[in-house]
Amino acid sequence: MNDVNRRILPGFGLSLGYTMLYLNFMIAVPMAAGFWKASSLSLDDFTQAAFSDRALAAYWLTLWTSFVSAIVNVVFGGLVAWVLVRYEFPFKKLFDSLVDFPFALPTAVAGLVFGSLLVEGGWYGRFLVPLGIEGAYSRLGIVIVLVFIGFPFVVRTLQPVLESLERDVEEAAACLGANRFATFMRVLLPSITPAVITGFALAFARSLGEYGSVVFISGNMPYKTEIAPVLVVNRLEEFAYAEAAAIACVLLSISFVTLLAINLLERWSARHHG
Amino acid sequence: MLKRLTLALLVSLSLGVASVHAESLELLNVSYDPTRELYRAVNTAFTANYKAATGTDLTIRQSHGGSGTQARSVIDGLEADVVTLAMWPDTNAIAKSGLIPADWTTKLPNNSLPYTSTIVFVVRKGNPKGIRDWADVVKDGVEIVTPNPKTSGNGKLSFLAAWGSVTQRGGSDAEALAFVKKLYEHTPVLDLGARAATTTFVQKKIGDVHLAWENEAHLEVEEANGAVEIVYPPISFFAEPHVAVVSKNAERRGTAAAAKAYLEFLYTPEGQEIIAKHFYRPTNPEILAKYRSTFPEMQLFKIDAVAKSWEDSSAKYFGDGGLFDSFYKPKK
Repeated sequence: MNDVNRRILPGFGLSLGYTMLYLNFMIAVPMAAGFWKASSLSLDDFTQAAFSDRALAAYWLTLWTSFVSAIVNVVFGGLVAWVLVRYEFPFKKLFDSLVDFPFALPTAVAGLVFGSLLVEGGWYGRFLVPLGIEGAYSRLGIVIVLVFIGFPFVVRTLQPVLESLERDVEEAAACLGANRFATFMRVLLPSITPAVITGFALAFARSLGEYGSVVFISGNMPYKTEIAPVLVVNRLEEFAYAEAAAIACVLLSISFVTLLAINLLERWSARHHG
Repeated sequence: MLKRLTLALLVSLSLGVASVHAESLELLNVSYDPTRELYRAVNTAFTANYKAATGTDLTIRQSHGGSGTQARSVIDGLEADVVTLAMWPDTNAIAKSGLIPADWTTKLPNNSLPYTSTIVFVVRKGNPKGIRDWADVVKDGVEIVTPNPKTSGNGKLSFLAAWGSVTQRGGSDAEALAFVKKLYEHTPVLDLGARAATTTFVQKKIGDVHLAWENEAHLEVEEANGAVEIVYPPISFFAEPHVAVVSKNAERRGTAAAAKAYLEFLYTPEGQEIIAKHFYRPTNPEILAKYRSTFPEMQLFKIDAVAKSWEDSSAKYFGDGGLFDSFYKPKK
């Protein structure tokens, strides 16, 4: 009887083994295979394939459009999350479920739909294009679809955190003489900051890897609206597997570094605000 | 008791499977995007003929996608019995991997070409920009839709057709280069594949002229309900979508004879009629003559008119740092 299992749930060994196996087979091995393929290139060839001017332009485009779209999502997604949590209004459930729509829609469809809306004769385009706002086949178009794709990540991350906030805290702040701005800045914001960063990170990371929707709206002009995954496809069409893998490795590394940086930022903010 | 029952069940099952195998075969035809409708019709006709001739039930599965992507899938292990791809280099890449013998073009009649195609113009109804010939597509105010030559067979052929339209009429390489460069300056969007370019032109109404596969152009006119029409330029590229039995796969799967018969069916009068009805140019001269009104005569030139070989054209025009790339390099 002294051999008491102190764990509440059984099967720790089995589930850990399964987790490790799964992570290895589904994530680590495929990633390693990419690097393995690229390693058949000499250093010069690798540099030429992965760091040509054109590739650099593509990485940069992918990075900044992802960044801008994630910022937009934090602001507007945050607002939507706030409204959905704090207010009651007719059809609220319906609007709430609309948020998940981008998760479910094939992204190529999103690209096609936004493309058709934003071209000169489209529903949005007929008003925007005369004002000089070219939404389709432009960098703006890329940002727009990325905002669409990343939106639910921010809303769904913020919602539970906002729900857990007690109104009493705000009332207490008001009783103690804080004005509304101070209440927001010093009471609300610190408690939601980690969730905001997580939402930003998820939307950003999702945008970095987005392909399907972007190729239908960007126009894919080299140096202007060509994202890095298109370069990978270009090289594959030439049956240049190793060169394609080289570009993929750079993309993987960028994603990895970004995720790492964001993780560190999250920890830092949890320590300082949590 | 139970064990014995299970065993009996297993044995009968495996016998059942084996006996089904003797009378039925399955072929996989790996093709490119726009042939979907063509092969659906061919398969229906051929399976009926094959059943009548040999008593074997044949099921033919089709797989469609970008030609280069399809070739890579076969090289990477997709068990195709036959490939019917858009471009010679795609089939040849499979041959290089060892799945098809090196002399594959000699295995079937007419250099393994049951049908050919070309690049034509699709313009808005009434041809408001007056586009008749290649020089017209780069007039001021004309916008062109054609996919990216790096990722699309349609794109490559459009490029080569434009190039040859200059050199075949006595122009120099420098003049051809200037023309093609101008053509891509008039191209506001580079879609990655033929179908995406069709969507851009027909659904999004971008551009004044679409450089399209001849058979796609006919589908486009049908789908757009007469909002667009075809213009046949006087000169264009002679596209050769070769077909081949993937012999390594077919021999291992025991489908070699059926696969060969399937491709040979394409050359029969019945096959050629189906081909013509789907707007591919039949290679049988009699059938072609019969459908002459559908396929106006054009001056068509082959790859050897614009490059030493397909490999040469890939390196010179479309490869990394090739001519096409140079159009887009920003000036420093």
